[in-house]
Amino acid sequence: MSTCTDNWEQVEAAAKMVLGEPIVDFIEQASAKPHPESQLIAVLHEVQSRFGYLAETHLDAVAQLMQVPAAKVVGVAGFYHFFRLKPRGKFMINVCIGTACYVKGAERIAQKIIEELGITWGETSKNGVFTLEGARCLGTCGLAPVVMIDDEIHGEVTPDQVPALLEKYLKKARE
Amino acid sequence: MTTKVVEQYEALANRAEEILRQRATADKIRIQVGSATCEHAAGSRDVLDEFRKHLAAAGRDDILLHQTGCTGRCSREPIVGVMVPGQMPVKYERVDRQLAHEIFTQHVLQGRPVLEHVLDGPVERLARHEILICGSVRCGWKGPRPFQEVLAEKLSAAGLANEDVHVVRAHCFGACNAKEAGHFSHLMIQPDRVLYRVKDEAELDEIIREHLVGGRPVERLRMPGKTIGGNFLELYGDVAFFNRQSRVALRHNGVIDPESIEEYFHYHGFRALAKVLEKNDPRWVIDEITRSKLRGRGGGGYPTGLKWKMGNEAFSPGVHAGKGTFSPGVHAGKGTFSPGVHAGKGAADRTRYLICNADEGDPGAFMDRSMLESDPLNVVEGMIIGGFAIGASQGFFYVRAEYPMAIRRIERAIELCRQWGLLGKNILGSGFDFDLEIRLGAGAFVCGEETALIHSIEGERGQPRVRPPYPTEKGLWGKPTVINNVETFANVTAVVNYGAKWFARIGSEKSGGTKVFALAGKVQHTGLVEVPMGTTLRTVVEEIGGGVAGGRKLKAIQTGGPAGGCIPAEWIDLPVDFDSLMKAGSIMGSGGMIILDEDDCMVDIAKYFMTFSQDESCGKCTPCREGTTRMLEILERITSGGGTPEDLDKLKRLGLLMKRASLCGLGRAAANPILSTLEHYSDEYEAHVVERRCPAHKCKALIHYEIDPEKCVGCTVCARNCPVTCISGERKEPHLIDQSHCIKCGRCFEVCRFEAVKRM
Repeated sequence: MSTCTDNWEQVEAAAKMVLGEPIVDFIEQASAKPHPESQLIAVLHEVQSRFGYLAETHLDAVAQLMQVPAAKVVGVAGFYHFFRLKPRGKFMINVCIGTACYVKGAERIAQKIIEELGITWGETSKNGVFTLEGARCLGTCGLAPVVMIDDEIHGEVTPDQVPALLEKYLKKARE
Repeated sequence: MTTKVVEQYEALANRAEEILRQRATADKIRIQVGSATCEHAAGSRDVLDEFRKHLAAAGRDDILLHQTGCTGRCSREPIVGVMVPGQMPVKYERVDRQLAHEIFTQHVLQGRPVLEHVLDGPVERLARHEILICGSVRCGWKGPRPFQEVLAEKLSAAGLANEDVHVVRAHCFGACNAKEAGHFSHLMIQPDRVLYRVKDEAELDEIIREHLVGGRPVERLRMPGKTIGGNFLELYGDVAFFNRQSRVALRHNGVIDPESIEEYFHYHGFRALAKVLEKNDPRWVIDEITRSKLRGRGGGGYPTGLKWKMGNEAFSPGVHAGKGTFSPGVHAGKGTFSPGVHAGKGAADRTRYLICNADEGDPGAFMDRSMLESDPLNVVEGMIIGGFAIGASQGFFYVRAEYPMAIRRIERAIELCRQWGLLGKNILGSGFDFDLEIRLGAGAFVCGEETALIHSIEGERGQPRVRPPYPTEKGLWGKPTVINNVETFANVTAVVNYGAKWFARIGSEKSGGTKVFALAGKVQHTGLVEVPMGTTLRTVVEEIGGGVAGGRKLKAIQTGGPAGGCIPAEWIDLPVDFDSLMKAGSIMGSGGMIILDEDDCMVDIAKYFMTFSQDESCGKCTPCREGTTRMLEILERITSGGGTPEDLDKLKRLGLLMKRASLCGLGRAAANPILSTLEHYSDEYEAHVVERRCPAHKCKALIHYEIDPEKCVGCTVCARNCPVTCISGERKEPHLIDQSHCIKCGRCFEVCRFEAVKRM
């Protein structure tokens, strides 16, 4: 990797501490490709899938390793909805608020979840189990309204089903 | 060189056939289970698991489990097909573990279909034969009486009752060509997969006598080859939702295994690519695409052939020496295509890129996801052809990160293509090099705009820039770049295989081919609908979609997502294509079509879209950043009961300003949902601001609930369900809502069984 710092080894070691070996390897591979700076979003995806969110320390380490200004890394991370800058709960609840779900009552599902968990959009429940987010269409409009919990999609959800649905995951979390 | 391409292609196709033959023979029973995001959400993985268990327990080696993508019949998923050789294929809807068990034990093992769960059923019994009649207006012999009438008469004369032969009028098969139009009728006989072309009654008599009664297909009248939608119709032709459609881009959905390149070869996969590489002339491809009238399916409707031509002819500034007479790809003489080296002009920079825009961000649109999950190789093949046409050697798939399964399937498709020598160096021995790379989006709607998308691939914030220069001149890393939508690429192979003339003729005057719509909202049958350009909304919504669900009245059809508009119910006979939707104040968009009924408030819908656009505005240009925010504020004021008539003028003024002054398509179109509803539903806006009333009873601030003492029997259900306990009343006495504490959640309204709770 080409460097422009004289304490590269230190920088690399510190980044490895923060990001872990696999991600550092990923960045090194990405940097070997043509247009290495274009791999920034792919790198951030990698970091987020490992840690669940992008902490400031992660972003700094990425900036160091990729040799791009930290301002740019933070700018990109902040621009895209998919990137989370705050820690998330064990399970991500994504209530779809696409048009089809909206006209079929997604708001009422969300309202029920908000009541049940005592949190609002973007927040994590006190027990650290759930984080609630709104999703911009999950592409399963035929099953509207849809709630995605982690990778699992639940279709044709009614407000009455919400408590049982949450309980299922709470049980998983306790295991 | 020419023969080399064909030879190599045929070698691969034969290899694929050989592998398929080893895996399965024609006499096996096939159980087909859908596998796509939507199918999984509906529970298809459990179903597959159940079949696997049964299969292992039964120990039969003449039964095959087959995975396909999704057919686009969303509200009935998971869908399972059982294909017993020599019998009509049976499709089941909403299959769960229990039903899978029944299907296996009853149908697969004992040959008794589970009739009450047949897709779009139940049916009383399955017909022995099914006759599909081509529904094209151009199809039909020159007889005095309609074909279908004659056929019905002859069938009953031959003693074939309804139970024996089921007749279905399907959409156009695409089997005729212009010269023969009006002289023949086409019909397909199932389950024998025989397509006939008949010109008179004598021929029809022969088919009934020999084939339907005698069981011997009449080879003389049989059409060679297969029509484009043939494979799909063979499987799904009996289902009304499907047989009114023209499956071109979706022709393999629900038919092939999306992870099997052998099956893709079996359905003529890569034949279009071989044809293109054999001709070895980018001009030919571009001309063919231009003649087909294929227009960009991402929403803009820009002619694809023209875009490719520009992409091909563009050159990188600064590298080219001499005058601007550079025209690579259009070499003098015959098609001796030599990318990278332009004859006589030295080493000019021929770097250019091709991008597939799979950043399907419109809320309410899912056709690209379905195509990528169900038939990824078709899109990849379309891209290789596109790469050849513009002279690119590198292409990118820009996919939303929200589509993990689509990403996995494209990765797999690319990997398979590399293994089979269809991506990489010297594809099919033609000398053409092309490779693909996947780049993930990260949830920014604006990245569907091409300059923003380019910035995103470059690793920047996805913000658009001023055009011109257009990407075809100066795109990714400053090089000429062509960006097309998934569906556009999915159509390319059809154009090359079946001909530009055929493709152009399917559609309307200015746009060839079909369009896939994602039909959702308050409609009976939700799912993917592919119809020829110029088909009326009525056909899509009523004939295919089955009309509004629950017997409610259709109010509007929303097309084009946040950039589109609402088309009022009275305009249901409007043909759908790029131009007519534009005239109606909406746009085609990528193909989302949301049905709204009388319970939907148009001001609320407008507010919904503005919330979306405001959130997704990238903030670069003032008209969009500020305009969306202010318009949303005004809409919120109106829906919460604080609006004034002047607000409506302000909305209109702001909307028109944004349309003129915004930097990119997002801002220019963001006001469309408001402008179109203001135009068609001004009375609803006025009711909100003048009478402080929401006619659809949707806007919470403008409604309240009351209990009709005449109707209330005092069952206490409402009081027990009220989350804020503001309903009081003794048992068997009329109840009362305390308006000062009511949160208007509507729970009492839903649970009352005596219609005593009124929404006012």
